[in-house]
Amino acid sequence: MKPNKPMRWILTIAILSIILMVSIAVSLCVGEVSIPFKGLASILSDTSSMEYGVLAYIRIPRTVLAFSIGGSLSISGAILQGIYRNPLVEPYTLGISGGASLGITFIIISGLYLTHILFMPLAGFIGALATILLVYTLSMRKGGLNTNRMLLIGVMISFIASSLIMFLMSVTTAENIHSIVFWTMGSLNESNPLLIRFMLIASLAGLAITYLFAMPLNALRLGEEKAKYLGINTTMVIKILFVLTSLLTGISISVAGIIGFVGLIIPHFVRLIIGNDYRIMLISSFLCGSIFLIVCDIIARTIIAPNELPIGVITGIVGGITFIFMLSRSKIQSKFM
Amino acid sequence: MDEYLSIQDISCGYKSGFQLNNIRFSVKKGSFTGIIGPNGSGKTTLFKGISGELALKKGNILLNGQMLNKMNMRQKARHIAIVSQFTNIESIRVEDYILMGRMPYHKQFQLFETKEDKEIAAKYMEMTGIAHLRDKNREELSGGEQQMVNIACALTQEPDILLLDEPTTHLDITHQVQFMNLVQRLNEQLKLTVIMIIHDLNLASEYCDYLLMMKDGHIYKQGKPEDIITFENIEEVYKTVVVAKINPVSQKPVIFPVSEKRLKNININNLSS
Repeated sequence: MKPNKPMRWILTIAILSIILMVSIAVSLCVGEVSIPFKGLASILSDTSSMEYGVLAYIRIPRTVLAFSIGGSLSISGAILQGIYRNPLVEPYTLGISGGASLGITFIIISGLYLTHILFMPLAGFIGALATILLVYTLSMRKGGLNTNRMLLIGVMISFIASSLIMFLMSVTTAENIHSIVFWTMGSLNESNPLLIRFMLIASLAGLAITYLFAMPLNALRLGEEKAKYLGINTTMVIKILFVLTSLLTGISISVAGIIGFVGLIIPHFVRLIIGNDYRIMLISSFLCGSIFLIVCDIIARTIIAPNELPIGVITGIVGGITFIFMLSRSKIQSKFM
Repeated sequence: MDEYLSIQDISCGYKSGFQLNNIRFSVKKGSFTGIIGPNGSGKTTLFKGISGELALKKGNILLNGQMLNKMNMRQKARHIAIVSQFTNIESIRVEDYILMGRMPYHKQFQLFETKEDKEIAAKYMEMTGIAHLRDKNREELSGGEQQMVNIACALTQEPDILLLDEPTTHLDITHQVQFMNLVQRLNEQLKLTVIMIIHDLNLASEYCDYLLMMKDGHIYKQGKPEDIITFENIEEVYKTVVVAKINPVSQKPVIFPVSEKRLKNININNLSS
C-alpha cells in the first residue's frame, strides 16, 4: 500500500531538502582552498581569517546563485511545458534565453549598466518577455498551437538573436566586447552583492507566486479548452505565467549568462520520478534544479582546477543529450503533444 | 420558471467564414435535448457560443433568467459542464482527474481538495460505475471507460446543465447504449438538463425528448422526435434517401439508410410494374 498523497509529498520535499543541504555543504567546502566541514561554523565567526574571505566573498555567493538560478530556470521550464503541453520547451529551446541575451547586450553596449546594475536584469526581462510573446503569437496562428512550428521558431529566434549580438559586438569598443564575452560565457562568478540578493529574492518570490497557479497549471495539462470548461480564465493565467517566466529567465541570464537546458532536464526527471501534479512538481523542480546547478558548479570549478569551465558547457552537454534522448522516445511525445 | 436555458436570437461564428445566424430556442429544466444535423451545420459552433468560447455578435443567452455572458468563467462552470468531442488524454490518475471537476468551487488559489470534494467525486464515480478505475491512469482506459470518466468529471462540477458533444461517436453499440442509458438516468434522477450533439439519428430519436435539427448555420426545424425524424426532413437536410419507420417497442421513429444499388432496382421495378 502506497502512503497517502500528503505524506508522500512531505517525504519527497524532506528528501530533496536533505540532498540540497548536503550539496550546499560540499559546495562550500570544496575548492582550491579546501575547508573542513566541521570548521565551517568557527570560520564564519572569525571574520579575519583567509578562509572567511573565501567563504563570504566567493563560495557563499556562488552557492546562493547556483541555488536560485537552478531553481528559477527549472520552474520556468516546468511552467512553459505546462502551458505548451510539450516536454521539449524550456527558456533555451524557445529562444527566450536568446531574446534576453540580446536585451542585455544592448544594455552593456549602451553603457547603461554602469549607471545602475539592475538595468541588466530589467533588460533581460524585457528581452525574454518580447520573445515569449513573439513565439506565442507566431505559433498560435490558424487554429491552435503548432508545436513543431513553435520549436522551429524558437530555434530561429535564437539564431537571429545571436547574429544580432555578433553584429552589436562588431560595432562596439573592445572593452565592451570583453564585457559581453565575459558575461555570455555563463558563470556564477558574480561579485555584485545587490544583484545576488535580487536574484535570490526573485527566485523565491517566483516560486511562491507560481504556487498560486498550481491548480490552473494542473487544469491546463488537460488542454486549454478543458481548463476553460473548469472555470479557469486561461488567457489571464497564461499571460501572468508568461510574465513570471520572463522575469525568472531574464534575471537569471542577466546574472549568469546563458545556462541552457536546466529547464528541460530537471522537470523531465521530476515528472518521471515524482509525478506530474504541479502541486508537488513545482517545489520538486525548484529543489532539484538548485541541486543540479550546485553540483554542476562544483564540477565546473574543480574538474580542470585551477582553471574553471563555464557552467553552461556542462549543462549544455548533459541537456543536449537528454533532449535527443527524449525526442527519440516516442511515448513521451505522444503523451504531451 | 419554465424555460431554464433560453437562447435568444444569437449569432456568432469564426473570424473568417462560418457563422451561426439567429438561433433561437429554449430548454426546460430537466429536459433532454438533442442537436442533430450534418457535419458542418454548426452544432459544435452553437456549443461554443453557449460556453462562451465564441463571443456573441447578437442576441442573449439567459440561464434561469440571468444573462450568461455576464457571468465569469468560474460561475459559469458551476452551472454548465461540457464534455467535448476531442479530449486530450493526459497521463493522470482517474481520481485526480475527476477531482478537477471541483475546481469551480475552490477558493481562489486553493491548493488542496477538501474532504467534501473527495466525497462528491467518489459519489459520481460510483454513479457512473467507474469506482474500480480510480487508481488507474487515464491512458490505460478503453474508449468506453474514457467517456464514463469524462462524464464523471463533468458531474463532479455539479452542474445544472450538461452539454455533450458527440459522446457516443467512437463507441460500439454496447457502450453507446450503456452511455445513453446512464445519461438518461442522470437526466431523470438528478433533474439534470441535458443538451447533446448526436450523429446517430436513431439514438437521438430514442433518448431525446426534444430535437433541434440544424442546417447551414441555422435551425431548420425543432420539436419532438416524432415530428423531426421524418424521411422528408432527413432527405432535405442530409441530402440522403432514407426510410423512416416506427420502433415497435418505444414507438419512436427510426431511420434506415438505403444503398444506391437497391435504390436503382426499386426505380426499375417501379417502372416495369
